[in-house]
Amino acid sequence: MQTPDSPQGDLVHSEAFLHSLMRRQLRLSVFCAALFLVMLIGLPLLNYHFPEWMSVRVLGGFTLSWFLLGIGVFPAVWFIAWFFIRRSMALEREEIAEVARTAQRGR
Amino acid sequence: MKIDLWILGFSLVTVGVTLWMGFWAAGKSRTASDFFVAGRGVSVGWNASAISGEYLSAASFMGIAGMVMSSGYDALWYPVCYACGYLFLLLFIAGPLRRFGAYTIPDFAEGRYDSPVFRKIAVVFVLFIGFFYTMPQMKGAGTTLAYIFPGLPYWVGVVLVGAVITFNVALGGMKGITLVQAFQYWVKMFAIAVPVFVLMAVYGHYGRQLGVNGADPAGIPAEARKPLPAKAPSDAAWSQPFGPLTTKAVAASTAGPIYQGPMVTNRFPLFADLRSAAHVAALKTGLAQAPLAVFDGSPVPVGQLLYNYASAQVLANLLDPSPAMTLELAQSLEGATLSPPPSTGGHPDPSTSVRILKGLLDSAGVTVVRDGSRFLAFPTRDAVVRKLDSRPYALLYTYSLIMALVCGTAGLPHILVRFYTNPDGVAAKRTTMWVMILIGVFYVFPPVFGVIGRNLMPELYAGVGAKGTDKIVLELPRILNERYGVLGSVLSGVTCAGAFAAFMSTFSGLLVSMTGALAHDVYGRILRPGSSAAERMRMFKVFAWLIGGVATLLGCFVEPLQINFMVGQAFAIAAASYFPLLFMSVWWRGMTMRGAATGMLGGGVAAVIAVSVTNFSDLGWIPLKAFWIEHPLLRILCEQPAIWAVPGAIALMVLISKATRREVPADIRMKMLVLHAPEALGLKQEYIREHEAGH
Repeated sequence: MQTPDSPQGDLVHSEAFLHSLMRRQLRLSVFCAALFLVMLIGLPLLNYHFPEWMSVRVLGGFTLSWFLLGIGVFPAVWFIAWFFIRRSMALEREEIAEVARTAQRGR
Repeated sequence: MKIDLWILGFSLVTVGVTLWMGFWAAGKSRTASDFFVAGRGVSVGWNASAISGEYLSAASFMGIAGMVMSSGYDALWYPVCYACGYLFLLLFIAGPLRRFGAYTIPDFAEGRYDSPVFRKIAVVFVLFIGFFYTMPQMKGAGTTLAYIFPGLPYWVGVVLVGAVITFNVALGGMKGITLVQAFQYWVKMFAIAVPVFVLMAVYGHYGRQLGVNGADPAGIPAEARKPLPAKAPSDAAWSQPFGPLTTKAVAASTAGPIYQGPMVTNRFPLFADLRSAAHVAALKTGLAQAPLAVFDGSPVPVGQLLYNYASAQVLANLLDPSPAMTLELAQSLEGATLSPPPSTGGHPDPSTSVRILKGLLDSAGVTVVRDGSRFLAFPTRDAVVRKLDSRPYALLYTYSLIMALVCGTAGLPHILVRFYTNPDGVAAKRTTMWVMILIGVFYVFPPVFGVIGRNLMPELYAGVGAKGTDKIVLELPRILNERYGVLGSVLSGVTCAGAFAAFMSTFSGLLVSMTGALAHDVYGRILRPGSSAAERMRMFKVFAWLIGGVATLLGCFVEPLQINFMVGQAFAIAAASYFPLLFMSVWWRGMTMRGAATGMLGGGVAAVIAVSVTNFSDLGWIPLKAFWIEHPLLRILCEQPAIWAVPGAIALMVLISKATRREVPADIRMKMLVLHAPEALGLKQEYIREHEAGH
């Protein structure tokens, strides 16, 4: 199935490689998604169960809940995006390095 | 009212520059590839600005402010979820799709499942979602033109803008759009931010404007806040979660006086408040428009339960309980008769009577205001008891909305196409990071308009359609004219220019992706597979006019619906069709063509039907009001179907795929590798070679 001059050897096409590839990527994505899902699911719950706390006025008139949702969410989202992008690029580099290592060993 | 030349001028300049850039870029786009995906060689900065420019639609620019003004806190979920949805796209879908490399989603569907049937289904949804998403843009267009030219009918504005944009798209294609949209992002950013800063500098900052809501009315200076008209939601409902937006469906079902026995809540001391003169005054100015009944001591016809609860004497005692009230009096209120006030005297325990009466009035949803010698009874907005009952529904609505917006973003066809305009995967990721920042910063501003608008331009609450709160962004800066001469008109012109940029860019983007789907997929692949590039280009123009015409026509009908509300529904459809398809296709190798197609079709069609039924009944085309009143839960699930449609679509996909397990594409491992392995390994080229050899 592989072309004989394939530089990566067999590793790339092995079931194990694909499996670990997808699992690592999915784990990273799910971890990051969990971070912001906690915000999206948690905030309505806080509003629901602790309306008094969430309507405390902060910073010259905002209710706490308004401040979190209207302003506070965005930096959090940027942080998650930044973290994900950094990790996923590192992940790609690791994968390429791993393939290169195996190819060398195979020769 | 005459036309304000500043506003007209700024708007014309925006339209002019947009059109000129379209023409200019049209001269540069030669090949069919240029026409469809802008040749793939767009730099990170340009592309991030262009994606943001396309993303920030009339819903973001006008709709959020309008909805924050009309519904308060709950509307904040829209900007937040638009931004989070983009993150979701980045986490799960953007990378793999890019690696797979295809012009459009139908291309991806066909490539992933080796089936041309799927292309047809995918195209249908490009059109469905596209049309649902163009309707709010058209509402934005009609609203803006009706504002600039007072007296111009709403539909004229829609037709005018529709024609101009369609013309532009038919000429330029997407290469033009990339440049134009990058430019338009910055127009929008400037147009929303500058007026906000000026307004906050003059009238007080964001937090202070918010603090006015719910503060003691006596302590608020008159220039900080104008009296709210009757149609405005109360401070408590507006600034707190689970307000009118999420409780509307349930509130409708309990509208009218429904009394279910004495019920006393001490949580919200309504009548203690009523006794303070300042509060009575506030209630009066806020609610004095349409009293349910006026009690001046004469007998009132019995009809609504409300009437049974109130008489001048009772209310006099209630508001000023110096004469002793009788228990009988209170009890008589429970009966169906309303007599002139029974004589007072006898029972020594006024507090019991007051307590019972409070309970009765509360649960009937009645607010009473003293007006000289008369007492006015009003339906209480957000009657306390109802509010408590409707909170679980409101929570459900909130989650369904979040799900629709977050998952829907990940399935918007015109945004996804843009991921292919990056030269490589790293650039695609960097672009996405910049998009997150660009749109995140933008989304802080529109709610500020809504908040200031509530305090300083509450008269918009009384308007409907194009004259309602959706135009707050356009009109609010004008109040500066009272103090600084022409400054208000200039800034209003700036926001109008931003609004033009908003609906023009999004409508163009949608038009390109819908027309592209017809020209590239339906005509080029299904109808005439052998057609030449020149023929496809010609068909692109024909289809552009066709789609533009239909979208304009649809836009003419939706004036009564709120911009953001319609976008929420478009997102719900995308969430139930494209999102499950993309998500599952990328991450689960057991998916079969049948499973994917059934799930997408099932979820998408169910969502389309649900939201269409809601819209048709809201527009008065089908009589379902009585049904909704009896079934508030169904109403919520129809109005905002994501919470059942998305899991439903995914479940359907899994079930059917398991049943048709043998049909999993034979080279699934290779496909998955292409989707997930780093591009540097060159698997895509290998895949293409094998694929061509195999066929």
